[in-house]
Amino acid sequence: MSNILEKPKSFYTDFTRKGSADVITTHYCPGCGHGILHKMIAEAISELGIQDRTVFISPVGCSVFAYYYFDTGNVQVAHGRAPAAGTGVKRALPNSIVISYQGDGDLAAIGTAEIIHSANRGEAMTMFFVNNAIYGMTGGQMAPTSIIGQKTTTSPYGRKAENEGYPIKVSELISQLDAPVYVERVSLADVASRNKARTVVRKAIQNQIDGKGFSFVEVLAACPSGLKKTPLETNEWVKNTLHTIFPLGCYKDETATRTPRFAPAINPTSDQVLTALNLKDDHSDYKASVDKKNFIDQNVKIAGFGGQGVLSAGTTLSVLAMYENLEVSWIPSYGPEMRGGTSNCNVRLSNKRIGSPLVENPNILIAMNGPSLEKFESAVRPGGTIIVNSSIIDAKVSRKDVKTYYVPVTGIATEMGVPAAQGVAALAAYLAATNVIPVEKLEHVVHKSLKRKELADKNIAIIRKVAEYITKGMEDNKKCLTGF
Amino acid sequence: MQKEFIKGNEAVVKGAILAGCTHYFGYPITPASEIAHAAAFYLPPTGGIFIQAESEVAAINMVYGAAGAGARVMTASSGPGISLKAEGFSYLAGAELPCVIVDVMRAGPGLGNIYPEQGDYNQIVKGAGHGNYKNIVLAPNSVQEMADHGYMAFELAEKYRNPLVILTDAYIGQMMEPVQFPKEVKKVKHFDWAIYADKASRHNLITSIVMSADELEKHNIKLNKKYAEMEKNDTRFEGYKLDDADVVFVAYGVSSRIVMSAVDILREKNIKAGLLRPITLFPFPKKACMDVAGYAKRMIAVELSNGQMVDDVRLAVKGKKEIEFYGRMGGMTPSVEEIVSIVE
Repeated sequence: MSNILEKPKSFYTDFTRKGSADVITTHYCPGCGHGILHKMIAEAISELGIQDRTVFISPVGCSVFAYYYFDTGNVQVAHGRAPAAGTGVKRALPNSIVISYQGDGDLAAIGTAEIIHSANRGEAMTMFFVNNAIYGMTGGQMAPTSIIGQKTTTSPYGRKAENEGYPIKVSELISQLDAPVYVERVSLADVASRNKARTVVRKAIQNQIDGKGFSFVEVLAACPSGLKKTPLETNEWVKNTLHTIFPLGCYKDETATRTPRFAPAINPTSDQVLTALNLKDDHSDYKASVDKKNFIDQNVKIAGFGGQGVLSAGTTLSVLAMYENLEVSWIPSYGPEMRGGTSNCNVRLSNKRIGSPLVENPNILIAMNGPSLEKFESAVRPGGTIIVNSSIIDAKVSRKDVKTYYVPVTGIATEMGVPAAQGVAALAAYLAATNVIPVEKLEHVVHKSLKRKELADKNIAIIRKVAEYITKGMEDNKKCLTGF
Repeated sequence: MQKEFIKGNEAVVKGAILAGCTHYFGYPITPASEIAHAAAFYLPPTGGIFIQAESEVAAINMVYGAAGAGARVMTASSGPGISLKAEGFSYLAGAELPCVIVDVMRAGPGLGNIYPEQGDYNQIVKGAGHGNYKNIVLAPNSVQEMADHGYMAFELAEKYRNPLVILTDAYIGQMMEPVQFPKEVKKVKHFDWAIYADKASRHNLITSIVMSADELEKHNIKLNKKYAEMEKNDTRFEGYKLDDADVVFVAYGVSSRIVMSAVDILREKNIKAGLLRPITLFPFPKKACMDVAGYAKRMIAVELSNGQMVDDVRLAVKGKKEIEFYGRMGGMTPSVEEIVSIVE
């Protein structure tokens, strides 16, 4: 162990970041615990040979200026957020030694969520929690660890359990979690306690070097200014009062049994990225067949109830159109339109850039159930086409200015053993009826999207059956066609 | 040509990962959740990190830490979550940390609903958090642009050491369109200001605290110079049938898509309509607005809000032209016919 009267090498020689003429002393008050704990941490950093790797996270409160002193990487953060910001640093730099340092208001009040959850994730960091039972920098307000009866600027009549609850015991809380490896509470109130604290500080940092995970050290410390006592009186108060409420000792230690874990450096290769993003889907084998120049805009609404494959019918159509080099947009039912027993999607296909993706007045309506036909029939543009799922819908289209095809798509899909393919069947009906894109091209998309060959084959059989139904229907003198 | 048919919320993540994004910290919220889903799915196989944070607040502070460590890092949320992140925005701007935040706007105020709105304009464009600062704000209006903006955002944020927000809406986030992704993965840069846990960067300090009033004023002046540089060099907009237009709409995001259709219909009716679409909301295309004010007979701002962007248009034209406003709220969207009827 080094000479404790020597300034640790991990402190700056001169504290020029203070911005004052005095570059020798810290900004901490006489008797304050921060100076002592800073020194213990700095000694440990030097002796463990980790100065270059260390990133010190300064909180809000008096120790906001820890970066004046620590000659390490420094990140100063918002109130309560040191464990979250520390998480960001450690996850970006797995080889770093992150030291997160917070006071009682910071850690146990405004930052409760961050400390509990960083502990619960077992972030590989070393956490120092300075508990002096008072807010120092903001002016002696009540801390979550202030004791019952303690008079502060915000509890001038003394802390009352019925109004402010009880002093919160953070080490006890943290030690209940599975992930932390080491939790200990120490004190700076006398020489014996400080000697113990020095060992604990070192161990908590060593654990991080050894890849053991989350270590937490609560340090009972004095704040003479906040507590409005002399330094000696404050130390006595810490010993006589805080020690009884916050018993010193080790609350959890699995250091010996933990398997070390070192996260790898993060440096993805281009290949890793391109493979992970699966950007290798190649549809160059698809031969486009649409006469793009003379393509007439298709504003399609596909509507039905959940489970009829309405949304995926829309995406299947869109992918097919994309293969045909058309402009495409797909958007699911939105806003107030979602109410009323139908889910639907809007698909627009065009040879020009698409403006609004919404389809207010479709020229194609694929109605998979009764409520959908009822709701959208009147919105269809004159001259448009309606595909009616006649397996489910008994009603007839009353409009005479649209073409209607009655096709039992649910029935056909079910007969062929794949009820889930009724959306694809409806698409087939639409394409076969309009020839906007040759219906057999749909088979290509089905092959690509369905990995199971057996299922793909059944879907293709359904597409062919529906196409035949439409073609034959046309030949059989408009068996399924009405309107116009 | 190889395109992928993909959702806006997924496209922005793929674009970002291609741009070298290795870290995502976020919290689920509709209608932004698919961004987290995509990050959780795609990042780990690249060796990157996804963490579902305990809160929006924690998420933005994890972003702060990772950005300080020089990583390309992103997060995303929607209105209520963005409000929670606002503190972090201010710290990021103060500490001059580049990062990417996506706001997929839903309808408010309060819990509101999950349908599209553009009511977060003031929150994002004017700041969100406390103090004097600006976000760089990109406003994609297609799924392709979601991908493109995800791809370009980090370099732009890093150019100015400033947080960047991709401000989009529930429509652009939820819709699917074909996207052409770049095939080149961008290299992450090494910064002289970042913390790398090594000897060379040991003296670096990431902070937003400046105790002396004099120094903090200087810091603010420096930030403001950056914002002026952004206005000078990185303002983006698109003109659609703008050159000879008598009636010019100003709209961004999904509103601009609806307006684009309305412009086409008006043109068919021999009304010379056009669209000025800001692509950056900060810096706002002030000069383009002023130019249009010089020749257009009418200028109409269309937003899914109570009238927020319209104020920037008014400031830009300095009273040269009266700026009309048409807005819908609460998740309601104007129909194309509705926009056409403003002019007819």
